[in-house]
Amino acid sequence: MNPDRRDFLARSGKLLFLTGAAQIAFESVLRGEPEAAPNYRTTDHWWGMTIDVEKCIGCGNCVRACKEENDVPREPSCFRTWVERYHVPEGDIERPQVDSPNGGYDGFPERYRAGDGAKSFFVPKLCNHCAHSPCVQVCPVGATFESPDGVVLVDKKYCLGCRYCVQACPYGCRFIDPRTETVDKCSLCYHRITKGLTTACCEACPTDARVLGDLKNPKDPIHEFLRTHKVQVLKPQMATGSKAYYNGLDGSVR
Amino acid sequence: MIEGYVYPNEVELQWSILIVLYPYITGLVAGAFILASLERVFRVESVKPTYRLALLTALAFLLVAPLPLQLHLGHPERSLEMYLTPHTASAMAMFGFVYLWYLMAVLVLEIWLDYRKDIVRLAQTAAGPIRHVYRLMTLGSYDVSAAALRVDDRAGYVITLVGIPSAFLLHGYVGFIFGSVKANPWWSTPLMPIVFLFSAIVSGIATVMLLYMAVTRLRGRPIDMRCVDTIARYLFYAFIIDFSLEMLDLIHRIYEADESFHTLDFMVRTRLYFPHIVVQIVTGTLVPLVLLALTQLVKLAEGARRGTYATAGVLTLIGIFAMRWNVVIGGQLFSKSFLGYTTYKMQFATREGLLPAIALMILPFVILWVLVKLLPPWVDETAAERQAT
Repeated sequence: MNPDRRDFLARSGKLLFLTGAAQIAFESVLRGEPEAAPNYRTTDHWWGMTIDVEKCIGCGNCVRACKEENDVPREPSCFRTWVERYHVPEGDIERPQVDSPNGGYDGFPERYRAGDGAKSFFVPKLCNHCAHSPCVQVCPVGATFESPDGVVLVDKKYCLGCRYCVQACPYGCRFIDPRTETVDKCSLCYHRITKGLTTACCEACPTDARVLGDLKNPKDPIHEFLRTHKVQVLKPQMATGSKAYYNGLDGSVR
Repeated sequence: MIEGYVYPNEVELQWSILIVLYPYITGLVAGAFILASLERVFRVESVKPTYRLALLTALAFLLVAPLPLQLHLGHPERSLEMYLTPHTASAMAMFGFVYLWYLMAVLVLEIWLDYRKDIVRLAQTAAGPIRHVYRLMTLGSYDVSAAALRVDDRAGYVITLVGIPSAFLLHGYVGFIFGSVKANPWWSTPLMPIVFLFSAIVSGIATVMLLYMAVTRLRGRPIDMRCVDTIARYLFYAFIIDFSLEMLDLIHRIYEADESFHTLDFMVRTRLYFPHIVVQIVTGTLVPLVLLALTQLVKLAEGARRGTYATAGVLTLIGIFAMRWNVVIGGQLFSKSFLGYTTYKMQFATREGLLPAIALMILPFVILWVLVKLLPPWVDETAAERQAT
């Protein structure tokens, strides 16, 4: 073979390979970039949420707003947020009756009578945006991650759909989106909060039972709330660093 | 069918029968390899007739092992990302590396070294296009002098030495994938890797024992009873350890009775009663253990021993499959709220249904058939036959 031609083939082969590699690298750099929001700096924020069980009336506004805002499948097995109704016979916190018809999307039909010797209350649930997320730990490719501002996000273009994270979440906050075959979960309305808005669920809540808070902002009312209320996280024994702080959480809630 | 309260996102099971196959198949690989290494490293001469068969069985199953995972993924085309951008904190991300290490550095290398002499001979004598396959398999190395074969043997020995911990790693690691999920009390126990490992050894030994008996009978040769007796004895010992570990886990759970106990206890008594108590513990463990114990205690005639071993082997494989089923499916039947249960509705002719699962269980035997045709594992007989002709 003509040495020039061999040389050319070798060189162009290398070039082709390097361009491919560079493109992959560049794409992966782009993928890591947060959504464009010019005045938002991820390191300036640390997001969490307070949920006041005593204020929740079980209207389901948050569930509807979330599904609408985030294009969540309407199936009754796909929820980024949902509301549970607890009915706890006196003193029997180990055996509460719980229901969540369609995740509370349509509100709650009346089921219990006042004065039946039990207490009833509603518990809104969503991703706890844990600081030590077991779901993030297990993802084999890092498609789900904790953002520098404390939000657990999913890169849907990268998710394999292996469902290990669904198994690893102790709170049942993850589901598979049947349209994309990738995992989905609450993003804390990242597209909104990075533009200075609150989440759709908090915006729609008529009683301010759920309030988004920035723990890095000293002026945020969340600090006052956490100082003046006896708050608890779900399943504290899981030690996940949950940032969904519940006020008035009954021991029966799990 | 939902009973009690489950979180809305928990209605559908995430891991199907394909994920049951995954630990089952890798377990067979690890077990078959460990049986093979008995001969090589611990010099158990009597199991020699199964040495090569065990290696080929391990390879056949190992080649199929990643397929159920691949088929289960929502985006199989992205699975390569596990190699390119692995998330090192993830137990699952390491699968690819453990798998490749085991496949290429241990199993294929050991088989190649062991067969090299035969491959060279076949590359020189085989007729037709198959000869090119053998020539390719020599990798250009035709030196079969006594000195070269000694080097092969020593290298093979070292690889087996490395291979034993690798086989332990491969399957212990699969147990870790489940055992490290703290959200799931049915899985989360440090015993999980070791229980998986011993059940793997049990299932691998049973498979090779059954295959050896079946294949020998098909070939119209006499079954080497000294060999089968020894394998059955090892099966018995491994099974006792496996059963003890599982019972330890069970007793520990019952005695400790933590927050999840009532939920799991109810599940085992109801939805999981048949697969767990009836199939796994009674039919798949106690009965074969009693049968194997019988062969150790009572002097049975050859035919009776063969029948007992075959029955015990088949029941063992059913039992270990039930164990994988109960871990994978059982671990998803209860809600993490501990307040309710869901049901696994197995589909048939879908991507994750029963049909592909059956196909995936047949495939290793097809591969094994090809491997056996390509690399006949019958060492002594072929040598004897060659001398006769």
